[in-house]
Amino acid sequence: MQQSNSYIIIFALVLTVILGGLLSGVAQVLGPTQKKAIDLDTKKQILGAIPSEKLALEGMEADAVLDRYKAVITSVVTDYEGNLIDTNEKGGPMVAEEVNIEKNYKKALEDRQYPVFKYTSGGETTYILPTFGAGLWDAIWGFVAVSEDFTTVKGISLAHRGETPGLGARITETEVQARYVNKSIVDASGELVAITMIKGEKNPESKLGPTKVDGMAGATLTAVGVNKMLLAYLDCYKNYFEKNVKGASALSMNQ
Amino acid sequence: MSTETLEAPVVKKKEALLSKRRKKFVTDPLNDDNPVTVQVLGICSALAVTTQMKPTFIMAVSVIFVLIASNLTISLMRNLVPGRIRIIVQLAVVATLVTLVSEVLKAYSYDMYKTLSVFIGLIITNCIVMGRLEAFALGNKPYDSVLDGLGSGLGYSWIILAVAFFREILGSGKVFGYALFDEMGIDFTTNGLMVTPVGAFIVLGFIIWVQRTKTGYVEH
Repeated sequence: MQQSNSYIIIFALVLTVILGGLLSGVAQVLGPTQKKAIDLDTKKQILGAIPSEKLALEGMEADAVLDRYKAVITSVVTDYEGNLIDTNEKGGPMVAEEVNIEKNYKKALEDRQYPVFKYTSGGETTYILPTFGAGLWDAIWGFVAVSEDFTTVKGISLAHRGETPGLGARITETEVQARYVNKSIVDASGELVAITMIKGEKNPESKLGPTKVDGMAGATLTAVGVNKMLLAYLDCYKNYFEKNVKGASALSMNQ
Repeated sequence: MSTETLEAPVVKKKEALLSKRRKKFVTDPLNDDNPVTVQVLGICSALAVTTQMKPTFIMAVSVIFVLIASNLTISLMRNLVPGRIRIIVQLAVVATLVTLVSEVLKAYSYDMYKTLSVFIGLIITNCIVMGRLEAFALGNKPYDSVLDGLGSGLGYSWIILAVAFFREILGSGKVFGYALFDEMGIDFTTNGLMVTPVGAFIVLGFIIWVQRTKTGYVEH
């Protein structure tokens, strides 16, 4: 049967309104739950940068994760110069966990906001820094835990959106991430060089040294992406450490 | 079931809830008319999400839901839908349902939402869904359409779960995330090929081979 044009237009309009209404209704209802899920996921990733915490995270209930996070993490947001930012664009208080790293990645270095998550547990203080970059196929990101003096990596958690399963996607494996622990991000002269993942796998120790880690066979380009990401982002945090951590550490001892 | 419908399906006074004709809607796509191995539809997601059984299971449930719900919706509207824009109407309904699934997953199973990422959204383009709407739901009653959706969904599901089973056990030595070989104390060397989409092609090829040997189906 052939319907008139006006019937078709009205049908399409009514259908659009019904489906659109349904979807926005669902988005409204589920919105808060989704926000909580995302928040929990972010906090898990941040805590996951510390190897011992990552182990403890497994099998932990959502509430336990949030409690643990609250207990050990304090966060601030800094700019490229290393000055702290207290208010967000809307004039509200700045929340480090809500800073969208991916959106910031698209801005110029000087315009970005850099969250810093300070981890304190058992007298040990490390700084967990978010990083973001490009892998072989799509975005990669991670959280690097570095020591107070900004020289040693204490742990790392890496994630990706579309790296090849079994090859580049292996950056999410605990075994690969463990290679970064206790490696140095500065060379002998104190210059920031970050950590380089080299080509090939099962390289002899002589080829590695303090600032290099063993690579992933078949995923050299993903490794190159990780290397670039680490160097670029760690460089952005240099000023923060100069201004707030190294000089201030003497002060904070009195607290 | 009842014998009257067996002999005279035309005299549809009271067709049994699960008459022989209706049972065929569910059982046909499981084997003889399987959407993946016989009609060769929905291959993209069958290759992409089947590295592990857990995400595959979520994917299967999502596809079954979308198939049933979209078949039902379109079947209910079948006399209202203008023929000239029917494809767009189908697409709108499917897209809405898929977005619903995606939103629910995002809220209640964020890890799975991340693992499946784009593939939930890509159910919209899964040929099985549009295929069933166009071929069946537009011309049949709601209840029959629901059964048809269930059948096609199950047909898709068991194939991708079978593929995932072999890929996970050979590629990671696990079943449903459970480290089988480690538990049994067997030193199992995993096959990296199985984790890549190539592995899915190989497993799927074997399944089709076995199935066609048994059913005697040939392409023409």
